[in-house]
Order: sequence, then structure tokens, then C-alpha cells
Amino acid sequence: MNNGFLILTNGVSAPVADVPVLPMAPFRQMVLDAVLNGGARVAAFFVLPPENGGESRLIAVLAAPQQHQILVASGVIENNCYPAFTTECPAFHWFEREIYEQTGILPQDHPWLKPIRFQPAADGTAPAPGVTDYFQLQGDAAHEVAVGPVHAGVIEPGHFRFQCLGETVHFLEIELGYQHRGLEQLLLNGPVPQTPHWIETAAGDSSIAAATVYQTLIRGLSPDLPPEPESAGIWRAIMLELERIANHTGDLGALAGDVAFLPTASYCGRIRGDYLNLTAMLCGNRFGRSMWTAGGAALPIPASAAAVLRSKMDELRGQLNNALALMFDTPSVLDRLENTGVVTTADAASLGLVGVAARASGLKMDARHDFPLPGIPVLETVPHEPVGDVFARAVIRRQEIAASDRRIMDLLGLIREDLPAAPSVWQVPVLQPDRIAAAVTEGWRGELWQVAVTDANGKFRRFKIVDPSFHNWAGLAMALRGEEISHFPICNKSFNLSYCGHDL
Amino acid sequence: MTEICQGKILLYWAISSAAALVLSPLLIGVINKIKAFFAGRRGPRLLQLYWDLAKYFRKDRLYSSTTNWIFRLAPAVSLTGILLALLLLPGGTQPSPVFFDGDVILFCYLLGMGRLLTVLAALDTGSSFAGMGAARELTFAVLAEAALLGAVGYLVLHTGSLSLSHLLIGAQLNGGQLDCTAMVLIEFALMIVLLTECCRVPVDDPETHLELTMIHEAMVLDYGSSDLALVLYGAALKLWLFASLVVLVLLPLPSVGMTGNLILHIAGVFAVAILVGVFESIMARFRLLKLPLLQAGAFGSTMLAVLLKIIFTG
Repeated sequence: MNNGFLILTNGVSAPVADVPVLPMAPFRQMVLDAVLNGGARVAAFFVLPPENGGESRLIAVLAAPQQHQILVASGVIENNCYPAFTTECPAFHWFEREIYEQTGILPQDHPWLKPIRFQPAADGTAPAPGVTDYFQLQGDAAHEVAVGPVHAGVIEPGHFRFQCLGETVHFLEIELGYQHRGLEQLLLNGPVPQTPHWIETAAGDSSIAAATVYQTLIRGLSPDLPPEPESAGIWRAIMLELERIANHTGDLGALAGDVAFLPTASYCGRIRGDYLNLTAMLCGNRFGRSMWTAGGAALPIPASAAAVLRSKMDELRGQLNNALALMFDTPSVLDRLENTGVVTTADAASLGLVGVAARASGLKMDARHDFPLPGIPVLETVPHEPVGDVFARAVIRRQEIAASDRRIMDLLGLIREDLPAAPSVWQVPVLQPDRIAAAVTEGWRGELWQVAVTDANGKFRRFKIVDPSFHNWAGLAMALRGEEISHFPICNKSFNLSYCGHDL
Repeated sequence: MTEICQGKILLYWAISSAAALVLSPLLIGVINKIKAFFAGRRGPRLLQLYWDLAKYFRKDRLYSSTTNWIFRLAPAVSLTGILLALLLLPGGTQPSPVFFDGDVILFCYLLGMGRLLTVLAALDTGSSFAGMGAARELTFAVLAEAALLGAVGYLVLHTGSLSLSHLLIGAQLNGGQLDCTAMVLIEFALMIVLLTECCRVPVDDPETHLELTMIHEAMVLDYGSSDLALVLYGAALKLWLFASLVVLVLLPLPSVGMTGNLILHIAGVFAVAILVGVFESIMARFRLLKLPLLQAGAFGSTMLAVLLKIIFTG
């Protein structure tokens, strides 16, 4: 089935010339066949501009979880347009809108082609954010509720349009882009000393996941880097799980807060801070920023930190379990969460959802299981729930907190020696020219992909970041169909997607 | 229609009214302290609402250009309605000096007048949140009003009086099991009415910042400064008012005398606030579309009380 694709593994590069170049029609057929019938899913889908004249190419990076393979192929774009993939497979919907917005290349017959980030077009014109066409519901009893981009509370900007009949939402349309910073353009011709920082702040709550993927990618593109001590990868994996526990704890607390169940909201708010402080204990920053450089850890981590971390984890475990048990044992809370905001397995698969949302809708996927990082133990079991409601997303988070806790304890057992600091934190890796690499890991929201293509000088010719939120915003819109509008906050919180990670 | 009785009645009524005016913001403080206790936090100060009111009264007013005089009138009318309704309440076991047959209907409509103006003001802002809040407020208020009138209906049967003061102070238990059963049903209904009218969990969440889930709060989002102070003070007084209904139905305790019952009235109001705080701490808010079941349950329980009364006492 995978004949015709270049097969990569996580974080291992290949010459860009090895990427198959096909005419558009067979390329489209092959990619759609792999996604619709072959069990693959789209990880990244973007345009690679020509280097020295010639045609632009459409690059598809597919994840084939059963085979633990990353499939890459490219199709030649002629006349600045190609037949849209979305018509056959909705998972391409957002990617094709992005392609049209970034390059002006037209996906023909795309059903709803409009900007996703309102970024300046190639000709310099920039549309005003949020000003575009929206679906509308006609009729005397229909009403439209517009929320945002400025929200109550300290949250990121996004615009939500609800088409309602009474309390029932018939359609929710989400427009983002208010946080577009031009990150992908900024990364071109890198790496430079600031590159790791930019990557980590693509979505600041997933800094550790982003840094982990980036380090994997850099090591794949730069085989001359001196090997890291074994414990560097293990500590990164531990920090990744700490990030997951802290964010899941915060999310469950916020979910409790949104249904006005105060005890869990307060306790989880505090306990999340305690877990963030564990990350700070390891690297000096609560979000794990600037910890990893091309040469390894920026600060040394003594082996004795493992014992300290272990004892603190033991201390927090009971408190967190109590706070969560309080919430999950209260019938009035369960009544709010159950059968609210359902995304069916079929819808989740068709939209290409990833991460917590996908697992809650019955899709068994986790990059730590499907695409393990070099040197890190594979995640053995992937929890998943069949229903796809808010409750399932909450339960998955609760299970993942417990699983991450166990995983940290296992990983701590592998720490044998002190991790020394890297020789220079400003070291910029020298990358091999004309290579392509893709790397992925499971951040707390879901799989986070980075794909890099280097030019003849070993600089980034294209750097693609695909945040899990990029896939999952469509899932939130789907969850609201036919749902009560007053349930939007808990549906939203159960996904808890990133705005800046999407907007880049 | 009104008649002024002896000085003693006047004194009790003056004390209980003054207590309502001065102490009602403290009820909110008590609820918040209880909630903070359950959440393991220190919480805002007991007197926080007093400070907030003082702050809001000092602030400049700012109005959206889409609003007109209705929006500015509503907080004052709403507060006036609540203050007038307060005058009809007895002080402990002494009836209010302002009473007449059927004033209980006036009581309901005084509160209804405030609600009408608040709803119109919400529509006046043109905000979709306020519009949704107004629709929800009316839906649930209608149902809660039915439960309140159901409870009143039972008390009319029980006491043979049509005035609020005498309904409430004459509602005491006659010692029979039937009265006990009916009283539990009535208290349940009045508590639901309180939670609905005063926008407390599980009906509404006064703490939330989520406009899409709000009922009452969504209607008053556009208010600031002294208008907001009136709204908040009105809400505190309303809580006092409905807590008084819950308490007064249970009074008098014959052994403690009139002064004792007045003290019990005021203490009972705070006990209700504590109860509300405990409710809010141990349960989540209900689904919006399930709330009518709650209020229908309250109405049903009052009807059950009425039925029991009719069947067993003829």
C-alpha cells in the first residue's frame, strides 16, 4: 500500500531528492487512498516553493500508525491550482484553506475556502481579522450569537459565531488568526540562536513538547552533533509527562469551575502550580523554557534530582486523586458532563482529530505509542473511550494523569548519572543540506508535528509546525452541533485548544 | 387600606426592616466565606460587598450609546420594587403595619415590576448575551412564580388569611403530622424559589464569567458604577427577602417570646445563607434545560401540600 511514498521514521532525515515527485492526479489518488483506506492520517500538508524556478510542489506527510511509519510524497502543482482533497476527505479542510491563504494556490472545488489566520497575502494585502463570510441561519426565530475575539477573563482571542434556534446551536463557526505572528516565515533560513525560543513559544503551554520535537528533528538533520548523554532524552520524557500532568490537572479543575463545582476547581488550580514548580525545580522555568539546546541541557541536572522528584510526586499524588475523586463522584457534575458535546468516532476520524479529543472519541492513537522517540520506552497502553462526550474527554485526562505519573516513576528508575550542562547554550547546529525530516511527539493536547526541509546551505527552506489544535478546532465546532449553547464553555474547556499554536 | 397599630408592632417591623437594609450585603459575604471554606481558600472578606458598593458609588457612569432611558431607569425601579416588597414582611412574629387582604399578590408583582424593567433594559442593550439572559430569566421566573403562589395557596388554606404578614406568622405548626409533612413540602418549594429568584447554584452561577451560561448576570453585564451598586444591593436584599419567607414560615417558636422570635428571624436568614453556601459548594450547576424540572418539582410539592390539606381537613 505504501509503495510510492518515501518512508521516514520519527526524527530521521532523508535527502529531499528522495521524496517522490508525482503528477497531481496520481499523487492525489495515492494520498487519498492511503488516508481513506490505508489507515494513514494527514500529519502535514503544505506547499514547498521551488528552489530555482520550476513548479511548486504539494508535500503530504502522512502518519501510518500501524506500521510506525511516516509517509512522504509530493505532487506537482500546475497553473497555480489543483483539485481539492477536502471534497473526498474533510481532514484536509483546514490544511487547504491554509495553503490558499499562504500561497494563493487554489484548491478547486474546496467547499468553504476562506482565510484561517487572516495573514498578509503574497501581494501584501492583509484582510482584517474575522471579517469574512459566515454561515447564516435564516428565519424569524433564528438568532446569531457572536462571542469574542475579546473574552471575559484572561484567555486568548478567537471569534465564535453560533447560529441558534432558541437554546439550540445549529452551527458554530470558529474564526482564529488574531495571534498570527508570522512564525513559520520567521523560522525560514534558520536555525539561528533564537530558533529554539520561537519554537517553544509557538504554543507556550506546550513548550516542552515543542522543544522535544525540535531537538529530535535537529538531531535527525545534523548527524555531526556530539551524542547526548542517555539521561538527556529520559529527562526530556519526564518533563514532557510533567507538562501533561500539570495541564490536565488545570483543565479538569477548569472544567469543574465551569459547572460551578468549586472544591475541585480550587484544589486543581493549586496542584497544577505544584506540578509546574516541579518542572521549575528541574530547569528553572515553570514551563520548561530554554532548557534544551542543540548540545543538550542548558543547566545540569544531578542524579539526586530523581529522588527529590520521586518524593514530591508521592506527596502530590494523593492530593490530586482526592480532588479528582471529589469531582468524579459528584452526580451533579457527572450529569453536566455526560452526553454533552458528543463527537462520534466516525466524525472524529473523518475530521482527523488527534490527541485527547481523538482518544475520547474511540480513536486509539498516541504518538508515544505509534512513533516513539529514540531512546525512550514505548508507551504500552493507550487509554480510549468510545462515547466522545465531555465526560469521555475528562476521563481520558484523568487516566492520562495516572499513566503519566506511572511513566515518570518508571523513567526515574532509568536515571543512573548526573546530566552535565551543554558546553554552550548558544550553539547553533550545522544542518545537512537538502534534507527533509519530520518529527512528532505526543504533547498534552495531542501529537505535535514539525517538518523541516533544508536548502543547499543547510538552512531551513520550509519549516512546518502542526499543532494538535490545528486539527481539533473543527472537532469543537462539530461537538456543538445540536447542543445547548449554554454547554459551549464546558465543551470548549474539554478540548482546551490553543489559539497561538494554531495561529503561529 | 393600611392601618398603623400599636408602637410595638412598629418597633419590631422597624428593627427587622433596618436589619434587612443594613445586614443584607453581609449575607453575600457569608455565602462566599462558606464557599471559600469548602474550597480550602480564605476567600473575600465578609464585608467585601460593602466595600464594593462604596467603590461603585464613587465611580463615574458610562452608558452604551445604544441604550436609552429604560436602561438607566431599570436598576432604580428594580430596587424600589424590592424595598416596597420588604415593607410587607413581618418582623419576627409581629405583622407588618402595612397589610391588607391580597397584599401577597402585590408582593409578587412588586418583584415582577423590577424584573420587567430589568428584562427591558437587557433588550435595550442590544447584546445577544443580554437577550439570551432575558429570555432565560423570564422562563425560569414564570415557573418559580407558580411555585411561590402554590406555597402561598397552601398558607392561605392553612391560616385563612390573605395578607402576607398573617400568612407567614400564622403558618406555625399545629402539632399534627399532616402539618409537618406539608411544611416540609412548602419549605422545599420556597428554597427552590429562593435559589431561582436569587440566581444561586444549581440554578444560576453568580461567580461565572461565561456569558453563554448566565441567566441573571447576562442581563446586567452592561451596568457599572452606581447602577451596578443598585443591582448588587438589590440582589442582596432579594436574598434577605426570600430567606425571610423560608424562615418566617417556621416561626414562631412559642417558648422564646416575641423578641426571641425576631432574633430567630434574623439569625434564621443567616442560617439560610449558610445553607445556600453549602449547596453551592457541594454540587454543580444543573443543565439549563433541566431547570424547569426543578421548578416544576417545587410547584408540584406545593400542590401536594394543598391536596393533603384539602383531603385530610376537608
